[in-house]
Amino acid sequence: MTKPEITALLDLGDDYLQRYQDGTPIKKVLKDRTQINLFFEDSTRTRTSFELAGKRLGADVINMIVSSSSIKKGETLIDTAMTLNAMRPSALVVRHSASGAAALLAQKVTCSVLNAGDGSHEHPTQALLDALTIRRRKGQIEGQIVAICGDILHSRVARSNIHLLNTMGARVRVIAPPTLMPPFAENLGVSVHHDMREGIADADVVMMLRLQTERMQGAFVPSTSEYFHYYGLDAKKLAHAKDDALIMHPGPMNRGVEIDTVVADDIDRSAIQDQVETGVAIRMACLDALCNGPLP
Amino acid sequence: MNAQARAAYINARIIDPVAGTEVLGSILTVGDKIWAVGPDAFDKADSDGTLIVDCQGKCLCPGFVDMHVFLGESMDTTAQSAAAGGVTTIVIQPDMNPVLDQVSLVDYIERQARDAIVRVHPMAAATKGMDGREMTEIGLLQAAGALAFTDSRKSVHKAQVMRRLLTYATVHNALIVQHAEEPDLADGGVMNEGETSTRLGLPGVPAEAEVMMIERDLHLVAMTGAKYHVSIVTTAQSIDAVRRAKAKGLAVTCGTAPPYFALNELAIEDYRTFARLSPPLRTEADRLAVIDGLADGTIDVIVSSHDPHSEDEKRLPFSFAAPGVVGLETILPMIMEVANGGHVPLPRLINALTAAPAELLGLPVGRLDKGAPADLLIFDPNIAYRIHAEDFVSGAKNSPFDTRPAEGRVLKTIVAGQSVYAADGW
Repeated sequence: MTKPEITALLDLGDDYLQRYQDGTPIKKVLKDRTQINLFFEDSTRTRTSFELAGKRLGADVINMIVSSSSIKKGETLIDTAMTLNAMRPSALVVRHSASGAAALLAQKVTCSVLNAGDGSHEHPTQALLDALTIRRRKGQIEGQIVAICGDILHSRVARSNIHLLNTMGARVRVIAPPTLMPPFAENLGVSVHHDMREGIADADVVMMLRLQTERMQGAFVPSTSEYFHYYGLDAKKLAHAKDDALIMHPGPMNRGVEIDTVVADDIDRSAIQDQVETGVAIRMACLDALCNGPLP
Repeated sequence: MNAQARAAYINARIIDPVAGTEVLGSILTVGDKIWAVGPDAFDKADSDGTLIVDCQGKCLCPGFVDMHVFLGESMDTTAQSAAAGGVTTIVIQPDMNPVLDQVSLVDYIERQARDAIVRVHPMAAATKGMDGREMTEIGLLQAAGALAFTDSRKSVHKAQVMRRLLTYATVHNALIVQHAEEPDLADGGVMNEGETSTRLGLPGVPAEAEVMMIERDLHLVAMTGAKYHVSIVTTAQSIDAVRRAKAKGLAVTCGTAPPYFALNELAIEDYRTFARLSPPLRTEADRLAVIDGLADGTIDVIVSSHDPHSEDEKRLPFSFAAPGVVGLETILPMIMEVANGGHVPLPRLINALTAAPAELLGLPVGRLDKGAPADLLIFDPNIAYRIHAEDFVSGAKNSPFDTRPAEGRVLKTIVAGQSVYAADGW
């Protein structure tokens, strides 16, 4: 996406956020439209966020958790999508464990497709909501030093954030143990760090990523406690960042693994609850833009 | 067919893959054998009853010998696809259901092969069930017609098993063919590991997985003195390893396939599953190293690695799609890209598709000697067109070269003196 496109979506999302915070009525721009949340991987928070976003815009929202039904019967991803497409929804919101799945679906169906996360590839609405959160709290994205810390290797959130923040002119750093850093990460336009103190030095934003527990039992890092010792965000490490550094996390958090409870719940610095609220607004903006014509 | 039927292929640019030369002249065949080759091979005064094929200055060479073909379709369709691609001998991979690991199964393929329009030979599995544990009946399988022994898409990953295989194979002078990929390091990988895999969020196979397996095996080859062939090399490091081993005098050979010298990993760009291969497409530097390896003879053989897949197996998210491409009908345009680009002389490339694999497998084909089988190929080296997968004889269309502009087209394919494929007007 280009900078003007991103800015337009952020503006639209900001407007929706302001409206429901103020209690201003929201135009039901998706009235009589159908939105299907097609989740091949369950994710309660993302699905709920998309469901709320659609409903606030007046859409009829249907949730399908496919992992347990037709795929097991041998129906392919494409068949499932084509079947749903034949029911003429306006939008398919797709979450899948394989990179490129949403793009593949978009080639085969006629309705709009919204990527709600594909494998280790992208999670675009997460990056947009993170960007809006930063913009609201910091005034602007350009020039901010954003340190992304955690399982960069498997993270679609990291990839989407890197692309978006770079496009918007932020300075992005990634921090992870070498086993959780993808090869040639520096070619993505970020600076690569294995020492957390060095990575978050003078950062304006510290974005923590979730680490799957099964990846910490010796496969990628030796143990939970060693990981927390070197890469968990606590007050001591946070002291290296700017005093007003914003703390972010896409959720769900592993408290005591990648982030200390005291830091996560610091109401002055943690934007984690803001991210959830902003998420609904930004997804409203995306659905609106996708279903109601091109961005300006 | 009349055993004395004579055919003269005149006005041809004859490419001799053994001598490495190109001369204008004729080839005269009698029955199913080559009788004479050269400027004076055919005497017009003595043309009674001779079928005359005017090659109009186009190229004439031995038919291709493709030692890496998966029988993903019927034997008939595969043979017709081969004929259309100028391939006169195909060697079937043992990776079938059931696995070709028993004499009766090899025998079954041999019997089916009798009715095919091109020559068909099987390779047999190196280990029972291709599970990498116990060796197959190498002697008996060889006697039944298996030309070489391989676990096909799988590496023989246990060092002790490979050592014993190589050791035992020396008794029968059998060729062991390895799919070189360290399976643990490659586990889960679906493309080359690097910047592109990072961008696409796809798990990668590092280039090192290939060279590690080759280097391990080279030590075992040195211990045992066996004949060892790497079915497909794709990386600069692997080619260097083979080059060094050859310099030391080890009986090691290797092959590659057109995707590895025509494409790099960027062909995957938008998760194009037709560009999913095993081993995976590599970097541009590796692609250039493959061309260098062909030029200096480090890479002995070119194979199609023909592996048909239905749309259902490819129309999936990249990680779930089956690896493999159809290739029998695009060998010629892909080598002409390299030859016409001036990177490798055409006779060298033709050698890698004829005499080199034939010699490796102990077949009498692939050469233009008097008395050799009359398996020939006439092709236009320059005609420009666009490749269209829907025009393939093969029912599978999973080609990464679909819509690619190309040069070089097969005009006529001859097996044992008989035409098995002819383009319009030929």
